[in-house]
Amino acid sequence: MTNILLITFTISLIYLGVANRLKSYITTLAFQGMLLFGVAFIELIEINWLNLVFVLLETIVFKTIAIPYFLNYVIRKNKITRDTDPFLPDFVSIVLITFIILGSFFLSNTIHDPHLRKIFFVVALSALFTGLYIITTRRKIITHVMGFLVIENGVFVLSLAVGNEMPMLVNIGILLDIFASIFLLGIFANKVVDEMKGQDVEQLTDLRD
Amino acid sequence: MIGVYLLSSFIISILLFFNRNRLVNYLLVCLFMIIQCGFTIYAYYHQNISELTYFTPDSLTIIFLGVLSIVCIPTFYHSYIYFQNNLDLPNQRGIYFAAIVVLLTTLSAAYLSNHIAITWIFVELTTLSASALIYHRRNRRTLEGTWKYLFVCSISITLVFIGILFLSIAVQQSGGTDLFYKELFNKAKGMNVFWLKLSFLFIFTGFTAKAGLVPMFNAGIDAKDKSPSPAGALFGSVLMNVGFIGIFRFYQIIGPTTIYLWANKIMLITGLLSVFIATVYLLRVKNFKRMLGYSSVEHMGLVMLGLAAGGIGRYAAILHLILHSFAKPTMFFQIGQVYRIYKSKSIYDVGDYFKYNFSGAMVLLFGFFVITAMPPSGMFVSEFLIFRSLFESGNLIILVIIFLLTTIIIWSLGKNIFKMIFIKPVKIPDENITPIKPIESLSQYILLALVIYLGLNPPDELVNLINNAISALPS
Repeated sequence: MTNILLITFTISLIYLGVANRLKSYITTLAFQGMLLFGVAFIELIEINWLNLVFVLLETIVFKTIAIPYFLNYVIRKNKITRDTDPFLPDFVSIVLITFIILGSFFLSNTIHDPHLRKIFFVVALSALFTGLYIITTRRKIITHVMGFLVIENGVFVLSLAVGNEMPMLVNIGILLDIFASIFLLGIFANKVVDEMKGQDVEQLTDLRD
Repeated sequence: MIGVYLLSSFIISILLFFNRNRLVNYLLVCLFMIIQCGFTIYAYYHQNISELTYFTPDSLTIIFLGVLSIVCIPTFYHSYIYFQNNLDLPNQRGIYFAAIVVLLTTLSAAYLSNHIAITWIFVELTTLSASALIYHRRNRRTLEGTWKYLFVCSISITLVFIGILFLSIAVQQSGGTDLFYKELFNKAKGMNVFWLKLSFLFIFTGFTAKAGLVPMFNAGIDAKDKSPSPAGALFGSVLMNVGFIGIFRFYQIIGPTTIYLWANKIMLITGLLSVFIATVYLLRVKNFKRMLGYSSVEHMGLVMLGLAAGGIGRYAAILHLILHSFAKPTMFFQIGQVYRIYKSKSIYDVGDYFKYNFSGAMVLLFGFFVITAMPPSGMFVSEFLIFRSLFESGNLIILVIIFLLTTIIIWSLGKNIFKMIFIKPVKIPDENITPIKPIESLSQYILLALVIYLGLNPPDELVNLINNAISALPS
């Protein structure tokens, strides 16, 4: 079951590569939140219940409901619907993200380690690099934040892989999530997007030498 | 006692945040200074005794705590002057001082932590308080600076977290159960090399954002530029030390392992690239504060080179950090005064500074000699030792390149600073400005004198502390 969820998660990454409408980004992020909820539930069922409830609440309440709701609010308030033309065409995006996934797959195959659950490793690395890819190729500030959220999801998957032995690390990962969501999104993305009317990163070039 | 310190600082910052009265504000700040200095002295006399499980003041901690306590006093003094000469809204003042108190407390806690995850949490908290300081002026440019700083630091902190996750895989395989530095150090030999390497790469890259090294030095430059100059002084000194401490603790862990030499190579490359990038930017930079920021990148690069070269270089690296933490704030405080006269940070607009502020111009002149490590600057000694260690470890090519680069850096810094002091400005500043009292520069002279004294004749206690801090590294 975990495998199915994780593979679906990876497919959603490819979808992100071609999505142009911000709405579809948000839906995908919410969907990923649900998948992570499933994975966390199956993987962490053995840890103490209080901790488990905390993790599950974070995936459902934060990742699936609160963040997408808030992102929706920002784009509605500022009347943005789509990312202006990305730096690279969609076709290239698909190819590159596929290569990212293949690359992580081959990389993890070179590791000979019985303790390692490779699928977690592959999915986490793919999400990490896809997130970085989204950040570097999109123009809108809000899309950059979404790229960062994809990275966060990847990190969450990775932390689940070690979560049974060290639940503390999962909790710290959640702390990172909450930190990023509340602070990055809540306060600054809101303010920055309001201030920079066009919301393009090209406007953030006042500071340079 | 650590609990008392953290709790009382936390309460002070909350009180500062809600307080609107000027006098109460500064009384609280004085109280915090006393607590901070008192705590540093307490930590010195209680070395290597763990408190609250997660905090142990070891030698490196004591050194950096001492630096922090010394730097925080002039910082508060210059913040006071800053608010006297700028818009002084009670709520903004409250947020500013509360953020500085939180920043200093979280920095101290990050220095003290003996657990890699706890260090991580407190480093994350420094980002929060630092962004409040960068956003202090609340205009479009500070917003841009804050946004970039937050975004880059968030990514860097994520990278560190990924590194910790990899490390935890390695730890579990070697039979360990937790992530205390001591435990990691003991178990390091049995860890899987692959995971350890991966973990080093991620943690190192992540901490470069705080330490101001290649590849993530950018955000720090914007932060120093856009924040008020007393806050910039903190960013250019104690905040960079926290990045260094993150790297150094992990470097200690891998000391006994086989990847130690590999890690040294990575650090040599990073150090060299940092100095190179700093040189390139210094040649074209026109903003005085950014110039100081790039100069910090250069010095951190030299510190990495010293650490990686080994031998006497390690001692020199830590000495260099200490001296740099005193020298850089001096220049930032001085730029606050320059800004008050010319209303500009651009090198084009500033000139003939001797005429307008004699004592300040002297600080710039001395400061130039100190930060470019010319005798009698204490940094001359540390830089000289770093070069010697590079020579002894056989890195001759790197040494030659560094000589060339530092020469160019001296030239470009000199060109800009001498222009500011001696050549007439394009636009003559307003004659009606209130002259700056020489007494305001006194703290800067003291810091500069400290750099010279500590470099030429470090007291035995300091030497012992530095030697203790590096004693765990393999010879």
